[in-house]
Amino acid sequence: MSSTLAFLGEFGDAFDYIFHSRESEAGGARVGGSELLPLLWTHLEVTALAMGIAIAIALPIGLALGHTGRGAFAAISVSNTGRAVPSVALIAFFVAFFPRTPEFWNVTVALALLAIPPILTNAYVGVRQVSPEAVDAARGMGMSAMEIVRSVELPLALPLIFGGIRTSTVNVIATATIAPLVGVLTLGDPITAGSVHGRAGQIGASIVVAALAVAAEAGLAAVQRAVTPAGITLERRPLNRRLQTVP
Amino acid sequence: MIELFAQLQRRDRTGADCVADNGICPNWIADNFDRYVSPFWEHVYLTMVSVGLGFAIAFALALLAHRRRWLVGPITQVTGIFYTLPSVAVFFLLLPLTGRGNTTAIVALVAYTLLILFRNVMAGLDNVPAEARDAGRGMGLTARQLLWRVELPLALPEIMAGLRIAVTTTVGLAALAFLAGAGGLGGALFDDINFRSNVLVAGGLAIGLAVVLDLLILALQKAITPWTRAAT
Repeated sequence: MSSTLAFLGEFGDAFDYIFHSRESEAGGARVGGSELLPLLWTHLEVTALAMGIAIAIALPIGLALGHTGRGAFAAISVSNTGRAVPSVALIAFFVAFFPRTPEFWNVTVALALLAIPPILTNAYVGVRQVSPEAVDAARGMGMSAMEIVRSVELPLALPLIFGGIRTSTVNVIATATIAPLVGVLTLGDPITAGSVHGRAGQIGASIVVAALAVAAEAGLAAVQRAVTPAGITLERRPLNRRLQTVP
Repeated sequence: MIELFAQLQRRDRTGADCVADNGICPNWIADNFDRYVSPFWEHVYLTMVSVGLGFAIAFALALLAHRRRWLVGPITQVTGIFYTLPSVAVFFLLLPLTGRGNTTAIVALVAYTLLILFRNVMAGLDNVPAEARDAGRGMGLTARQLLWRVELPLALPEIMAGLRIAVTTTVGLAALAFLAGAGGLGGALFDDINFRSNVLVAGGLAIGLAVVLDLLILALQKAITPWTRAAT
């Protein structure tokens, strides 16, 4: 019984850390409460920049490959290789090999690379699964290739594209947590600097990061539902078994 | 001053100078490879145990949901939340319950694999052609016989695809397990994150492990589903 209360107490202390700033374990600096806001800001900044870069690169390539239908091999390779590279290894690689680049950009670019495969694969599959009749009808109406991509294939592929963006965003938020290990102070700072923030800080920051990820997931799922054209359900035809899309 | 020192050393790239120059040093790697052996095996252990346990749980859940369809929604939602929670956060949310160490890391990694494995087993079972089921029933198979002799064998390609995704993902996440006090290659990686040789060896071993395990499962799949070979 007392042990049960003890761990409830730890979570209580963690919530106290989230909402009220306190003196750090080592004394001196204030931690927790409003002191978390700059960390949250950096976390969001890194995430937003990485996602912006990833979408700018992956979306056009995915749409182009899907439109021409030629890049199945490339799309599969990117998604398989992307999964095999551990996120920490990628961040470490950038930090070790580009020591002159500011850590902030090393982390951002590494996160962007991590975010590319799900978006690219989903955009590719999303376009490939558009019914050929719809594309033929558009062509019959005299639409150019660009118009077909923009007005037919892109809208019909949007649900899957947003599925990819959602997965990547949650992944990037999660991975940005380890950025403090290379000196970029995100919400992972209280977690990795346990001697300064204490266990309450480690658990408290974990609660905040988890809440952030769940909120991003739920928010983007709502966007995904909103952009799904009426009459389209997220039923995926088994286009290519080796291409695993994300929800 | 340090900058100048580094420039002076750049002329001679052998032995210890290569290390001071932060290069990729075959000699250093050969001399220090020992330090990666036990983190590597810890990594293998964390991955195998987590995917093994995750598969046992997800497989049982899928069989349950296969019979009782209403369970599919709730199970997908709960495992979906586990999948969304960042592993690093879970390591520390478990701190008051399981402390630091292998148990904490494995619980977090298992939780992460559940959605992937559950969804793939379900997809495999759902994609079994109705004709195959009917034929089995016509031969007088009971529901249990139908499951083990017809449905599960036909679901194997999807199940194995799920295992491949789960294994490669878990190798990547196990690189964070050192934060939970469970060792693995991530610890070796961050011991000297600015040193290129170290990052290449530790990161390379993790990537290599993911690729090798992936290929092993693929080979296993080819071996136990000979009837799919003609199709692919």
